[in-house]
Amino acid sequence: MSRQAGRGTESKKMNSELFTLTYGALVTQLCKDYENDEDVNKQLDKMGYNIGVRLIEDFLARSSVGRCHDFRETADVIAKIAFKMYLGITPSITNWSPGGDEFSLILENNPLVDFVELPDNHSSLIYSNLLCGVLRGALEMVQMAVDVKFVQDTLKGDSVTEIRMKFLRRIEDNLPAGEE
Amino acid sequence: MDSRFTRGKSPVLERALGRPRSEVALSAFALLFSELVQYCQNRVYSVAELQTKLAQLGHQVGLRVLDALVAREKSGRRETKVLNVLLFVKGPVWRQLFGKEADKLEQANDDDKTYYVIEKEPLVNSFISVPKENSSLNCAAFTAGLVEAVLGASGFPAKVTAHWHKGTTLMIKFEEAVIAREKSLEGR
Repeated sequence: MSRQAGRGTESKKMNSELFTLTYGALVTQLCKDYENDEDVNKQLDKMGYNIGVRLIEDFLARSSVGRCHDFRETADVIAKIAFKMYLGITPSITNWSPGGDEFSLILENNPLVDFVELPDNHSSLIYSNLLCGVLRGALEMVQMAVDVKFVQDTLKGDSVTEIRMKFLRRIEDNLPAGEE
Repeated sequence: MDSRFTRGKSPVLERALGRPRSEVALSAFALLFSELVQYCQNRVYSVAELQTKLAQLGHQVGLRVLDALVAREKSGRRETKVLNVLLFVKGPVWRQLFGKEADKLEQANDDDKTYYVIEKEPLVNSFISVPKENSSLNCAAFTAGLVEAVLGASGFPAKVTAHWHKGTTLMIKFEEAVIAREKSLEGR
């Protein structure tokens, strides 16, 4: 693709198993540390947010993507470039809302959940909630406030995993107090 | 039945144990690992505790890696000799996890219970910088826990610790019983 000819593809790849297992160990540890699934979900989202604010810099450095002009372009970049670069998958984009401010990412396979089953006593755990935080954090760093949540999850018996993303507002740069 | 178990809801166990099809970016793992270390750091009071927590997480990973790997690489046959299991760790295990074999495997000169796996630049430490006040922290404690689980579950209980030496060295100290068993096997 002519877009990526400018930069070298110096993104080092690794086997997804270590990644999947490390994520699993993290979620297991969180389940032990917190008493209920809601807290684990919140913690995963928070950790994802922290990862997202750093990931966006890595992403912008390694891909030669410029500023997106609208939410549709953003969606394309997320699905076709970002997901491919980091997780090796390309989700599809569907279900655009009439106003063009909401869409769904459909993931057919999710490397985070390879070989994972949710036990019955954790039925309200959103296992891959880290992804929501990552997307939220990364987009906030490019001045977009979004709401991200899972609507379908293969771990809960659905046929695909669906993430719904909604554009809330553009974030204005706040000048530090005292500056004009 | 205990609600902890899933009662085989999903067909995961029926899937073939093929090679992992996808690759993820190294930076994805590095960011995840960094967040993991920070999470543990907020809940402990000392470097030693942090290393223990990392080792515990590595332990979880090691147990699961072993099963899949033995089934794939060696058709379910397990090692019975110390040297072979160490070569298994240095070779197939390292290759599966990190994409290359470990740099060196050495035995201690004075102690037949102790072996060293040396890695100049471990993958897990790729983007980790250690501040001076925590200079004894080595996040390869995660890998140490992983190797400890692999060896323990293979029937070679050992203590594995990570040290800063020639890069990163994992010191593997087998239990007495393992070496005694090894000697009696050789005697045959």
